[in-house]
Amino acid sequence: MKALSAALLLLIAVPVTAQAQDYAEVSLADPAKEAQAVALMDSIRCVVCQGQPISGSNADLAGDMRRMIRERIAAGESPEQVRTWLVSKYGDWVTFKPEVKSETMPLWLLPLLALTGGGWLVARRLKGRKA
Amino acid sequence: MTRKLILWLPFALIALLFLAFFAGLMRPDDHVIASQMVGKPLPEFVAGPAMPGQPGAATADFSDGKPRLLNVFASWCVPCVQEIPMLLRLRAKGAEIDGIAIHDSSAELEKFLAANGNPYTRIGLDEGGKAQMAFGSAGVPETFVVDGTGKILYQHIGVVTEEDMPKLLAMLGVKP
Repeated sequence: MKALSAALLLLIAVPVTAQAQDYAEVSLADPAKEAQAVALMDSIRCVVCQGQPISGSNADLAGDMRRMIRERIAAGESPEQVRTWLVSKYGDWVTFKPEVKSETMPLWLLPLLALTGGGWLVARRLKGRKA
Repeated sequence: MTRKLILWLPFALIALLFLAFFAGLMRPDDHVIASQMVGKPLPEFVAGPAMPGQPGAATADFSDGKPRLLNVFASWCVPCVQEIPMLLRLRAKGAEIDGIAIHDSSAELEKFLAANGNPYTRIGLDEGGKAQMAFGSAGVPETFVVDGTGKILYQHIGVVTEEDMPKLLAMLGVKP
């Protein structure tokens, strides 16, 4: 009886240990590092099913990317280092978070310009009313 | 008059913005993701032998002075079947083709190559998509042209067809 229950336990235990190796689906043991990894996965675009982040994609390549991200972060790389590596392979398209550089400047400057322009219009209007 | 126009300007800009959003929504989202590694040296990778009797592939194999094709494929990939005849013809003309099999197994590959033919000098089994990510490859099939010094010259995304043959042969320095 004891041997049987031990065998049963082993049956249950084996798939779990086998899975523990694959960081595509299994979280890192360190919660802080896991949080960093998941935040990065949420902002990396799956290159197969392009509307989705790799954190929510079933594509094999998305799984490979999740595994790579967890392994690199576990090894001590920062999320931004991993992001830079992915961009160096697939281009800006792979990240949902636009980088600050000359091509993306309008993205950062236009809202500021719009706000200043709007403020100027409103200020002129208010001044006109007082006079 | 100009005052009035200036006041309408923000509305016009917002309307334009919405038009741009609408146009973006109507356009199908099928971006081709080109590798950023074109023009750069082939990244470090080691893909072990996929089958007994045929060597695996690694970065060092690509700097022997001879330009080669690096074909990213898989036995489960339906369009890959379509390009095997083209690859066989390229090989017959003297092109060297090395394959990297993605998410694959020796047994499945053996069946695939027995059914379709084997145009490859080497076949490396990519473990966990490591080589694929290193190449900046987003899917299968993709074909990279690597020159004799190990630099990636070109990336062909999708099936190699009749029309692509002259270009690939020219880049490989093979007379068609």
